[in-house]
Amino acid sequence: MATIIVDGLEVQIGDDERLNLIQVADRVHKPIPFYCWHPGLTVVASCRMCLVEVGTKNKETGKIDMLPRLVPACQTPAKDGTVVVTDSPKVRANQNFVQEGLLLDHPVDCPICDQAGECWLQDYYFNYGHKERRADVKPFTSQRRDLGPHVSLFADRCVMCSRCVRFTREVSGGGELMVIDRGHHAEIDVFEGFPIEDKMSGNVNDLCPVGALCSTDFLYQQRVWFMQPHDSVCTQCSTGCSVQLQTSHNELYRIQPRYNPNANDWWMCDIGRYENSHVRAPERINGIKRRQKDRWEDLNWSDGLKAVRDALQDAVNRHGGAKLAVVFSPFLTVEEAYLLALFAKHLSRHVVLTVGKIPVYPAGDEVFKSGFTIRAERAPNRRGVEEVLKHVEGKDSDWPMLLKKIDAGEITDVYVTANYPGSWIDDAEATVFEKVHTLIVQDMLPSKLARRADLIVPGVSSAEKGGSYVNHAGLIQSTEWALRPIEGAHTDGQTFCDLSGRKGLYSPADVLAEIAAVIPFFARAGDGVPEAGLNLVTGTEKKPATTALGTVTHPLPTFRSVASPMLEVIDVAGG
Amino acid sequence: MKTDDKSIKWVEEPQLGFAGRMYLTPFVDGLTTTIKHLFKVVQGDDFTTQFPEQRPTFGNALIYRGVHRLNKDEHNRVKCVACFLCATACPAHCIDIVGTEAPWEDREKYPQSFVIDELRCIFCGMCEEACPVDAIELTSLFDLTGASREEMIFDKEKLLSVYDMTKDQEPMKSAGHPAPARPVKGH
Repeated sequence: MATIIVDGLEVQIGDDERLNLIQVADRVHKPIPFYCWHPGLTVVASCRMCLVEVGTKNKETGKIDMLPRLVPACQTPAKDGTVVVTDSPKVRANQNFVQEGLLLDHPVDCPICDQAGECWLQDYYFNYGHKERRADVKPFTSQRRDLGPHVSLFADRCVMCSRCVRFTREVSGGGELMVIDRGHHAEIDVFEGFPIEDKMSGNVNDLCPVGALCSTDFLYQQRVWFMQPHDSVCTQCSTGCSVQLQTSHNELYRIQPRYNPNANDWWMCDIGRYENSHVRAPERINGIKRRQKDRWEDLNWSDGLKAVRDALQDAVNRHGGAKLAVVFSPFLTVEEAYLLALFAKHLSRHVVLTVGKIPVYPAGDEVFKSGFTIRAERAPNRRGVEEVLKHVEGKDSDWPMLLKKIDAGEITDVYVTANYPGSWIDDAEATVFEKVHTLIVQDMLPSKLARRADLIVPGVSSAEKGGSYVNHAGLIQSTEWALRPIEGAHTDGQTFCDLSGRKGLYSPADVLAEIAAVIPFFARAGDGVPEAGLNLVTGTEKKPATTALGTVTHPLPTFRSVASPMLEVIDVAGG
Repeated sequence: MKTDDKSIKWVEEPQLGFAGRMYLTPFVDGLTTTIKHLFKVVQGDDFTTQFPEQRPTFGNALIYRGVHRLNKDEHNRVKCVACFLCATACPAHCIDIVGTEAPWEDREKYPQSFVIDELRCIFCGMCEEACPVDAIELTSLFDLTGASREEMIFDKEKLLSVYDMTKDQEPMKSAGHPAPARPVKGH
């Protein structure tokens, strides 16, 4: 147990903890400002913002020897007996001068800068800057230029922290970004003809503490203070990155990663970040529709549910349920899968339950230098749905097997849940369903299968529903809904509640508690799922480091941005 | 709050006297004013403003808080940079802006659409205070009327036309200090 003294307060850190002085000071809520340091990147100590006074306390005599000069807190490991002073006049003066130096050339175009509101330069200026600016306000001299399809550079705003450069060299591994020119003329740039276009390029926009790198897709879409954050999980692949959906006026504007040492660390890929056009696609299915001879008949919600129930009941009456298959999409949450399974088994215990099509990216997993992986399995919850079905059904069944059974005439009626974010079924597979007597499709977008359906039920996107997903490693994470479903659609969980006659509003937390009591695999999730998730397979998971007072918070109350690492300071030994 | 708190001073409504209960005093008071005005009119004193034929006068039209206008810069382009600060400051949430990249070389961002719901506006002037480039100003046009709600939702073109209408009588408050333009540098 090492003891470090921060501004006269004693901080105890564990023997296995390897922390720097910024992290230690944060435990006692003594903020040390910084730009270039990031817990996920190497230390360069180039911004000089975190300089503090450091000394050593002699254990025997109790005498404290201070170093005559200031040292960077990010580069100084916390050792037993280290003494830190974070707010002496000398330290304050340094912070003051660093701020002034950074702002000498800064255009101060906050009104048109997308970073305004979550800008470190802005926030630190209030706490550590001069009251007045002594330099002339210089107009902007460079225009926006693209460094890649998702990254815009405003060179004048840069503070040369080099986080983006280190990210491309250490995490994504592409090494596209570099610093060109020297000293005062230094600029971030790419080699000509080699733009930053790998699948992790969006992270450099989050990493940038100022408005120098902005997301081209989000550029000028919305001011950051208008957006509400919602904790969620990315559903584009089975890694299950923790993300934050940022919405305003029921529109999804931005997706940023949350720190989770069990899934994605600080990062996420551009697929999850930018490919979300399905959420508000104009062609979304917006009501229960029944096939008539030449057109689709719109049914109101209660009539529509009755039609679905009647169709399923009719199938059970015809063959006792043994030829009725219910297909569980890997995009359903654990709770929804459980409710649908109960409903199906309530119709008849012979009903065949099977996991739906698992979309697989043909090129396989994409692994980056840091180990971050975009899984080939492009579905968030195969494992969760399988575990539910394993318990309810007992037998193993998958999509190709179902197609064979339909082809052989062993299955004549099918209820398919889909909710895939893009086109998911080809003509060859859809043609198999010609042999089906009654086909009910619950989908978000009109797919090739939905066009063949007798009844279409609207599904919703993952942004519109709460629930839990189990990733490839068995990590269960819960999400909260961020958007209201589009008009005419209900959340899938509510639809299954209404179908099965379960009373009241659908509450994922209550259903999950019920599942945990019934299915042993989910037993650990009975008391709710913490932010960093629960690993249901290994039974242990890393927890983000916490202070005695609660979770690690950023020193500045305005710091809500997920790009801020202080929100989630990692326990280095554990990570 | 405790009712026996010493710092509270209780005041009772005074009892009305006999005349008060008869409503006699206020009746006489009111009628006196009417009769006074009657005599003034007979004497030829005209103190009624014949609105709308006759316009009232203001002390200082520049600080009056009437209909909004969007100012133009020296190149006749909208001065607004779409920073959303007026929409942020607006307590009535009546300003709706869509920002986008400016088509001009020397400017970065501009409003693709800028809509003010004049019916929702409470004319507090906070938007004017918040604006960092003095693009939005309140004019002295106070008699704003319309035949429908849609007519009262002012878009960018209409707000710019209010500027053209009022710029001569009410010059831009920052007319002497044009916003610094960006020198175009080849890269």
